[in-house]
Amino acid sequence: MSKRVVITGLGAITPIGIGKDAFWEGLMEGKNGIGKITRFDASEYGAQIAGEVKGFEPTDYIDKKESKRMDRYAQFAVAAAKLAIEDAGLDLEKEDRDRIGTYIGAGIGGIETMHAQYKKLFEKGPSRISPFFIPMMIANLAAGQVAITYKLHGPSSCVVTACATGTNCIGDAFRVIQEGKADVMVAGGTEAAISQAAVAGFAAMKALCMDHNDDPEHASRPFDKNRSGFVMGEGAGLVILESLEHAKARGAHIYAELAGYGANSDAYHMTSPAPGGEYQAKCMQLAIDDAGLQAADVDYVNAHGTSTHLNDEGESLAIKAVWGEHAKDVSVSSIKSMTGHLLGAAGGIEAVATALTVERDMMPPTINYETPDEGLDLDYVPNKARAKKVRAAISNNFGFGGHNACIVMKKYTE
Amino acid sequence: MSTFEKVRDIVVEQLGVEPDEVAIDSTFIDDLGADSLDIVELIMAFEEEFNIEIPDEAAEKIKTVQDVVTYIDQHKDK
Repeated sequence: MSKRVVITGLGAITPIGIGKDAFWEGLMEGKNGIGKITRFDASEYGAQIAGEVKGFEPTDYIDKKESKRMDRYAQFAVAAAKLAIEDAGLDLEKEDRDRIGTYIGAGIGGIETMHAQYKKLFEKGPSRISPFFIPMMIANLAAGQVAITYKLHGPSSCVVTACATGTNCIGDAFRVIQEGKADVMVAGGTEAAISQAAVAGFAAMKALCMDHNDDPEHASRPFDKNRSGFVMGEGAGLVILESLEHAKARGAHIYAELAGYGANSDAYHMTSPAPGGEYQAKCMQLAIDDAGLQAADVDYVNAHGTSTHLNDEGESLAIKAVWGEHAKDVSVSSIKSMTGHLLGAAGGIEAVATALTVERDMMPPTINYETPDEGLDLDYVPNKARAKKVRAAISNNFGFGGHNACIVMKKYTE
Repeated sequence: MSTFEKVRDIVVEQLGVEPDEVAIDSTFIDDLGADSLDIVELIMAFEEEFNIEIPDEAAEKIKTVQDVVTYIDQHKDK
């Protein structure tokens, strides 16, 4: 029989706050994290706004020398891991570190490092490339650096499934514990891609919101009729997953039980979700079945909700298909309205938000929701956080390439 | 600024150590905590600062701050 898995620690580095408490406070206030891009001069770019992490000092979390050897995306992960491990009250000195693993992904990886090193390559030639170029850039080094920093010798890997990355990492880590291959997993996603080529590239796809450069606060508007593309964000979200027996043995606080995981593929197009959300619906159903629940038992959907026309329509249709006659009872919100879209880290911070929602019976809002769209008639928790008894919740994330990933959490009971 | 002082500043910047930790007889690996990747990056920084080339055979022999100061003094402005 597979082991039960609970969530016992949360670490979040987000555009609306650093640390679980600041993040949650931001979610409850409906705080906007979107502003003008400051990481580079974006005045020539189609999209000039993003959800940047403010006030992040790597040396608050990481040894100065080590932090220099990490791209910002890995710094976020190591910092979030510190927050999550502390939040879980895990005393690593007392733990068997061979039984603690790290599944931490990024959708892109160290693209700021790549940019800086390409510049050197083109301006000064191949002999000037830094020996740290490759190990700072490759997308697995967030997991690698967290493992190295905390000497965690359990399974260590990174799923790279674009915007589904964080959710896939958590789901796969869940399986590792279920199968008894580790007692504890540090799992989630990280991203720091508010960088010239990435912003230009997403803009070229017409995926980004480009009509709110002078009004960033209202740019990310999931499910609203006037949504016009996603807004990039950055940060990291990690959860501490633990076998129930291990958590109980050390008297850990349990936020929620991670009960189900679903993953599949649209197998349709590089970037567009399949119309109608058929396989997104199947993915949600897989996760709900895996949790041993019915859709009607799931009271809240932490949506992918990117604020693109196609995602929000397809996801709404998928939810309506899964919940059927109960669709009017389920509440759906997208925190991307506040944080922007953190790509590979989205599933990470949204898992943190979902765990707190299940624990506290408070749902974060979808801000900037003003005008209902035809056929998109779910309860999107518009503009104000709301109390509701949440017995179980699902967190969705769907990535370019057709990757769909959903996890189901439920209230922990003996 | 002497060659040693310039070298020291680069080492401080690259390795994140304090200036007073860098002595003329410090070894990069044992005393200053550098690894093989740091050494490659340090050599590149010295090449750039002093406008010299340090070939791999010479770089492999550099173990201490003194080694690099000596090499630079022998090869710069030539």
